[in-house]
Amino acid sequence: MKRLSRYRRHKGAAPLLLIIALLGIGTTFNIASATIKLAPNTFARSAAIEEGKQIFLKGCSSCHGLNAEGSAIAPSLIGVGAASVDFQVGTGRMPMADMSTQAVRKAPVYTPEQTAALAAYVESLAPGPMIPTEGQLNYERDGSTAEGGELFRNNCAMCHNFAGQGGALTQGKYAPTLMGVEPKYIYEALITGPQAMPVFSDKTITPAEKLSLIKWIKAAEAEPNLGGATMGRIGPVTEGLLAWILGMGLLIAVAVWLTTKAR
Amino acid sequence: MRTVSNEIESIKDPGPAPHVLRAADVNPRSEKRAEQQVAILFALSGVGSLLLIYSYVFIANDVFIFIPVMGNQHAQQLGLGIGMAMSLFFLGMAAIHWAKTLMSETEVVNHRHEFRSSDEDREDFIKTVKEGVAGVQLGRRKLIKRSMAASIGLFALPPVLLLRDLGPLPKKQLETTNWKSGTRLVTDPGDRPILASDLEVGSVVQVLPAIAESGEKGEHPERLLSDIAKDPVLLIRLRPEDFNLTPEKLAMTHEGIIAFSKICSHMGCAVALYEQTTKHLLCPCHQSTFDVTRGAKVIFGPAARPLPQLDITIDAEGYLIARAPFSESVGPSYWERNSQ
Amino acid sequence: MTTAEKRVGAIANFVDERTGAAGWVKKSLNKVFPDHWSFMLGEVCMYSFIILLLSGTFLTLWFDPSQREVIYDGVYEPLQGLKMSAAYASTLDISFEIRGGLLMRQIHHWSANIFMAAIVAHLLRVFFTGAFRKPREFNWILGIILVTLGLVEGLFGYSLPDDLLSGTGLRITSAIIQAIPLVGTYITFFLFGGAFPGVGFIPRIFTLHVLLIPGIFLAVITIHVMLVWYQKHTQFAGPGKTEKNVVGHPILPVYMAKAGGFFFIVFGVTAFLSAVASINPIWLYGPYTPGQISAGSQPDWYMGWLDGLVRMAPPWETHAFGHTVSWNILIPALIVPGILFTGMALYPFIESWITGDKREHHLLDRPRNVPNRTALGVMSITFVMISLINGGNDILATAFDLSINQIMWFSRISIFVLPPLAFVITKRLCLSLQRADRELVLHGKETGRLVRMPSGEFVEVHEPISEQKRFILTSHEQPTPLVLEDIDSRGVRRAGTLKNKLRVRLSKAHAVAIPKVTAQELKEIEHH
Repeated sequence: MKRLSRYRRHKGAAPLLLIIALLGIGTTFNIASATIKLAPNTFARSAAIEEGKQIFLKGCSSCHGLNAEGSAIAPSLIGVGAASVDFQVGTGRMPMADMSTQAVRKAPVYTPEQTAALAAYVESLAPGPMIPTEGQLNYERDGSTAEGGELFRNNCAMCHNFAGQGGALTQGKYAPTLMGVEPKYIYEALITGPQAMPVFSDKTITPAEKLSLIKWIKAAEAEPNLGGATMGRIGPVTEGLLAWILGMGLLIAVAVWLTTKAR
Repeated sequence: MRTVSNEIESIKDPGPAPHVLRAADVNPRSEKRAEQQVAILFALSGVGSLLLIYSYVFIANDVFIFIPVMGNQHAQQLGLGIGMAMSLFFLGMAAIHWAKTLMSETEVVNHRHEFRSSDEDREDFIKTVKEGVAGVQLGRRKLIKRSMAASIGLFALPPVLLLRDLGPLPKKQLETTNWKSGTRLVTDPGDRPILASDLEVGSVVQVLPAIAESGEKGEHPERLLSDIAKDPVLLIRLRPEDFNLTPEKLAMTHEGIIAFSKICSHMGCAVALYEQTTKHLLCPCHQSTFDVTRGAKVIFGPAARPLPQLDITIDAEGYLIARAPFSESVGPSYWERNSQ
Repeated sequence: MTTAEKRVGAIANFVDERTGAAGWVKKSLNKVFPDHWSFMLGEVCMYSFIILLLSGTFLTLWFDPSQREVIYDGVYEPLQGLKMSAAYASTLDISFEIRGGLLMRQIHHWSANIFMAAIVAHLLRVFFTGAFRKPREFNWILGIILVTLGLVEGLFGYSLPDDLLSGTGLRITSAIIQAIPLVGTYITFFLFGGAFPGVGFIPRIFTLHVLLIPGIFLAVITIHVMLVWYQKHTQFAGPGKTEKNVVGHPILPVYMAKAGGFFFIVFGVTAFLSAVASINPIWLYGPYTPGQISAGSQPDWYMGWLDGLVRMAPPWETHAFGHTVSWNILIPALIVPGILFTGMALYPFIESWITGDKREHHLLDRPRNVPNRTALGVMSITFVMISLINGGNDILATAFDLSINQIMWFSRISIFVLPPLAFVITKRLCLSLQRADRELVLHGKETGRLVRMPSGEFVEVHEPISEQKRFILTSHEQPTPLVLEDIDSRGVRRAGTLKNKLRVRLSKAHAVAIPKVTAQELKEIEHH
């Protein structure tokens, strides 16, 4: 939650809090565990689906349709799977605050329990990619950094930049930074292809390769600044700026001092 | 605004301002202070050199220190750098400060002279050259003149010719790729063949032609970088109804899977930014944008041609294969390219 | 005589008896250099070049310029076990296994960036102050040669490590060469030793980068500096300064100490940047393979404007008779820069043709006093800046929440609109500044003190400016438009009247000025 707490001063925070409060009044159920997928008995499962449906009808159906069939402004959610819901809602991208731009990461509107219920509901409509379990996400054990780097440069760097810092797409869209993104969400993004991102199927990038990717991203995130301040790890643009501003600036300052007469 | 003439009386040159003495020139205490300042600057330079030596000898390669704003820094690199910077910078400061405050600094006037040589020299020069040229008798000796011109012309050729073996002739290398009829599409990296069902709608995968197991490329059936510079193909799966293709191009797809060369038709960068929502491919180098649904038609940016499309189908085992090689050259344009 | 003096005397005697050097060395030591901060920009270039030679030599001790494939087994974990070229692997080793290696790499790269920045700044100083005029046209052309060589040398330098970013740059370079009609394909195959990326390019550009181009650099810089020495430095106008003299400090001791000290300052600032700021972190880019790419692939800043021009080019290609001509590459990457650099090299001759001024000039212009030239300079800067901005459009788009398509369209339109606009505005601005100078000389500077006159009216007290300042503001020469008779002195009608008409028009535009204050006017105002 700490990581999320830095979004508390976001301009969208106040309206979101209002929505949460309203939903809190309307919500009577409480799901005890976020890992509902692990061993739910049939009763708990159907209860979760029912709760998810209620949340959906209140918070999502105005765009995605009463039966999640989609509309002119939002896609159908039938068959997108639990992973997709977990990613979109868990990272706060859904519900969208501003339809004019691409969904941005922000503090999630729903609690983990509510998110799980929503996921269960959407999963019940038609099967789709599942939320990876803790056991599936042991990238430290199952991944290889070097292989991950190779995969990253082949499949990710073109949008997310060589160091995962993000980059521009067409018409104002962008690939977000991967720094600080939880492994689960990286994995889910890969299998579901949120927004402009394409899907990377398990057959073409195997689950083990996905863990390598995550391991490399985490290594890049933790890497100390080996040659000094990084200036965003975005290549020669900031380097050129610094050469002019700091380099030439200092040198011209000294040249001015050098050529003025001492008193 | 108007134009002006210079036939006016200009304001007279008052002559240089009187020389003003510096504090150190008149005040012994200022002089002493300046001297001390210079010494301090030299000392700071020494400190820098010592820091450099210390960092080189005593700081291990795996020590990191946290510096606000800059983050976790490699201690040795930072120590060496700051030491070197101090040692050089303060040495310079000391020399300049010394020159500015203490060295004699009276301004001096040098006079300029026109660069033009005297008329006599120029005449002499012309005479010498004329005499020299006349002595060669080039005007009279037509045969020598012509044979010399011919031999100098020939002489210029060998140096160019000697560079011929820098590389092979292009031959058909730019026209051909390693995609042949029946070549399997394999993942890169991983080299796994792909079933049509492996790709979900909205998914994208970079593929290379499978290397023939018999080792077509000699003993080491490995890909050369020059192969990877033209072979990569991007497989994208759409809903078949999203396509807006001519019947011939539609026939080159397989169950909504369409394959394009990943090498940009503009300057050869890897066109790999696929936007699932708009179904556009974007090249990160110069932002050429290609519409996948319309056969990679250029919709923005400097590229002039669509990306070449690879004709794909499946083999008996269901794996994706190329039905035919590329029908046009992949990659950037060149003079010999027949783009009709 | 002290012992030290005796010893120096003995050495001087030894050398002089064998070379007769005392005469010209004495003459050289008497040379005088005027003081102005902008005169140090050229020194920054020269010192950066020396730093580049020193740090570059250090790097060659370990760098392996080869495209041979190796498996990396060094200390940097995220790349262990990967295939890469020996060039890339040895650059990693320099960065991580040689103490001070990364520092030297960064010094080399920062120094290259500062070298190019200082060249551009120096070039602009020389242009805006008219220091390129007779007799210094040779040196101007040598300067253009140096800046062009610098671009190539820089490109080769950052391409050597063979990382993903520089490989992408080489891919684009090869596409540019390949686009040249008739010979392009052959030249690429010969340069790269086969189809891109070939096997020979890295070792070949290594030789060019460390031997041939620095050699040419050294020769050209030597001539450039010797010409400055021989022709004596220009100076700004001021009391006691004329076209016939040069006022400043002699080589010994002040100039020598300052210039020598400044070398260490330039080196120190470069080392400081290299200590605190990372540049070209090739280990993050990964080894080059043509199938990979990173978002935001930019060249170094001095090539960025070319990349920006290529990005904004229209998608034009001509397909005819089985051949292809790529205008979308040729125009932005070869034709436009070709015109720009040729125009720059010829500018001294163009200007003197327009003004008809064939005299020597040693006093520098204040940019405002030559509005046309200044406006032309600002116009060119605007052109390059728009291209440069477009070269980083993807970075700008992410940093400022913009769309690359918007920035591209902005650049495509403004590359035609803004430079002429910049010309007009600058010219106006120059004339306004001239007017302000005139006011200052005539009425002195405003003091901010208000005085009430007996009539009840308030006036601000103006303080006359010093005699020296007054002279500085009025000593420049004001241009007069060229008058060309249609009939020349021999009574023959001049050939090429159209050319002459153009020349007269240009010259008239060049001669626009606010009349400077004359001694007469000053006298009149003093009598009031």
